[in-house]
Amino acid sequence: MKRAILAALGLATSFALPAAAEDIKVGLLLPYSGVYAALGNDIEAGFNLAIEQFGGETEVGFEVLTEDTEVKPPVALGKAKKLILQEKVDVIAGIVSSGVLGAVRDMVHGAGVPLIVANAGNDNATGAACSPFITRMSFSSGQVNRPMGRWLFDQGVKKVFTLAPDYAGGRQMIGGFTETFTAAGGEIVGQEFTPFQKTQDFGPYLAQAKASGADAVYVFYAGGEAISFVKQYDSFGLKGALPLYGSGFLTSPLYVNAEGPAAEGVITALHYVPTIDSEANATFVEAFQELTGRMPSEFAVQGYDAGRALIEATKTGAKDRKSLANALRQVSFDGPRGETSIDPSTNNIVQPIYVYETVAGESGLTQKVLAQLPAEKDPVNGCEMAPVSN
Amino acid sequence: MAHDLGFWTLQALNALQLSMLLFLLSIGLTVIFGLMHFVNLAHGSLYALGAYFAASLAAIGGYWMGFFLAPVAVAGVGILLYSGLIKRMRKSGPMAQVLVTFGLIFALLDLTRIFWGDLALAIEVPALLDGRTAILGIEYPTYRIFIIALGLFIFGALAFVLGRTQIGAMIRAGVDNDAMAACLGINVERLFFIVFCVGCALAGLAGVVAAPLLSVTPDMGLQILIPTLIVIVIGGLGSLKGAVTGSLIYGFVQTFGAVLAPQLASVLIYALLAAVLVIKPVGLFPAKG
Repeated sequence: MKRAILAALGLATSFALPAAAEDIKVGLLLPYSGVYAALGNDIEAGFNLAIEQFGGETEVGFEVLTEDTEVKPPVALGKAKKLILQEKVDVIAGIVSSGVLGAVRDMVHGAGVPLIVANAGNDNATGAACSPFITRMSFSSGQVNRPMGRWLFDQGVKKVFTLAPDYAGGRQMIGGFTETFTAAGGEIVGQEFTPFQKTQDFGPYLAQAKASGADAVYVFYAGGEAISFVKQYDSFGLKGALPLYGSGFLTSPLYVNAEGPAAEGVITALHYVPTIDSEANATFVEAFQELTGRMPSEFAVQGYDAGRALIEATKTGAKDRKSLANALRQVSFDGPRGETSIDPSTNNIVQPIYVYETVAGESGLTQKVLAQLPAEKDPVNGCEMAPVSN
Repeated sequence: MAHDLGFWTLQALNALQLSMLLFLLSIGLTVIFGLMHFVNLAHGSLYALGAYFAASLAAIGGYWMGFFLAPVAVAGVGILLYSGLIKRMRKSGPMAQVLVTFGLIFALLDLTRIFWGDLALAIEVPALLDGRTAILGIEYPTYRIFIIALGLFIFGALAFVLGRTQIGAMIRAGVDNDAMAACLGINVERLFFIVFCVGCALAGLAGVVAAPLLSVTPDMGLQILIPTLIVIVIGGLGSLKGAVTGSLIYGFVQTFGAVLAPQLASVLIYALLAAVLVIKPVGLFPAKG
């Protein structure tokens, strides 16, 4: 019996082929349990899809290890240490929560391991806390909302009431919008931040928005809060008189179907929607649907582009931690989101922003792209680091 | 900001609606606590289970099927919990009970995650309760009025059962002094069992009615647990009057706090809790004077 087990073990380990000498070891640091588990799974699916589709373009192979952050900063730090010191990975990708990013930042920076951020949008990570080893392939909170201020003003909306959960991400999202909306000449007639993950009933805030005399409401909510918010907004009958705008996470394809008809007509802005009309996107959507049976979300594309960025970096001949980090800062390609590149002065992604309306489609809700707003570099925002070396 | 009367009516209804939702949850917990001296922290998980059962049943037979069957299903889970775990833990003291039921929260959370997945589910409001109704000079969502009415109905029914029937008298005797009640020939253990099941069913019912209003996510039970505990600590353990008063206080403080002092919205209720604990540590209307 014991021998059989040993034999099975031996067999199992020989299947998990040891990495060839020139293989690049990638550690995926994602939440597979906790509130963001669905996001972690989408990012991983996207990442693996990129390796599968573009892996042939580069000479090196990839060995991918996964670790669960549980969305807990201390746990994530432990897992990052394990990946860096024990597994000796060449590069880490993932990170959904900004709290987790803050916790592992000094570890990866100090150890000099390149980290490709596949979600966490805290402005500071590519601002005052930037690092030559941390490259962000997802978005920054301000970036997604900034173009919307100007656009909304141009649509004839002059007075806006804003709402968001009371934490760094919520404040940055709304801050980005407020900054450009007021600069364009708009007026914020009311601004509330609701207790984060403690607000089940948005009724009190909705009544305030209604009484504020605003032309429209602009919000940021995500996940369960987004679903509750959109449904309650509709149940109070506000959608007709007071149109709802927001950051695109409000009606993410990942959970928009749980919002149902309440989400119809809501106009939001995001760096990716599955209905972008381009060849690169069509290929991605088809492959992702074949793999998972779902439409890809913005999280899936972030994972996909993180994988793609890594492959592009290895194509320059980079193999070790230092050269990979340097190559990642200069990556640019035409992906599902359109022209995407990394701005080496902050290491944040530069990408177009899509304004879309959620509309009823043939099978459930779908996204109708209203406008593609041009890509803008984030302000440097206190980031000081060495320029790329060639 | 100057607001008209309609605004305040709207907010009062919002507060009442939140209160009634919390009442459905806290009444089960407080009576189980008062009667059995049993701390069931997993009560919130039963609420989440109610919402999930309702979501599954609504997909098969529409909202009303979920509305009537999900509480029964949650009571079924309650029976399993009682016979498998709680019966054994009855005499083991509050610390062990808290630890076991706290662990149960995470076990049930992961079970819902395994069965129903991580993505949020939703239930549509039934056609009958969709839309808005004119009330007190304002338009208010019909479904929210339904929640208020349901809460008041359950309150009335419980007040009647506890105050005017024999079984109610037995429960009150059990809460007051269980040893004496047992001496008088009341089968206290069986009474506990019934009360526990009814408490679980009410938690399930709260989950069902909350589901179309909120979203159905695995951690919804964890999110509602703290407000529920605050309600019973403010109201006092074991009494219907305490549960309803605590719920109303919580609902109104939370709603009007968000309007009048938004910066303090999340702190206000805790400050009140602290004040109650200092001035009247047993709560406002405890079952045992």
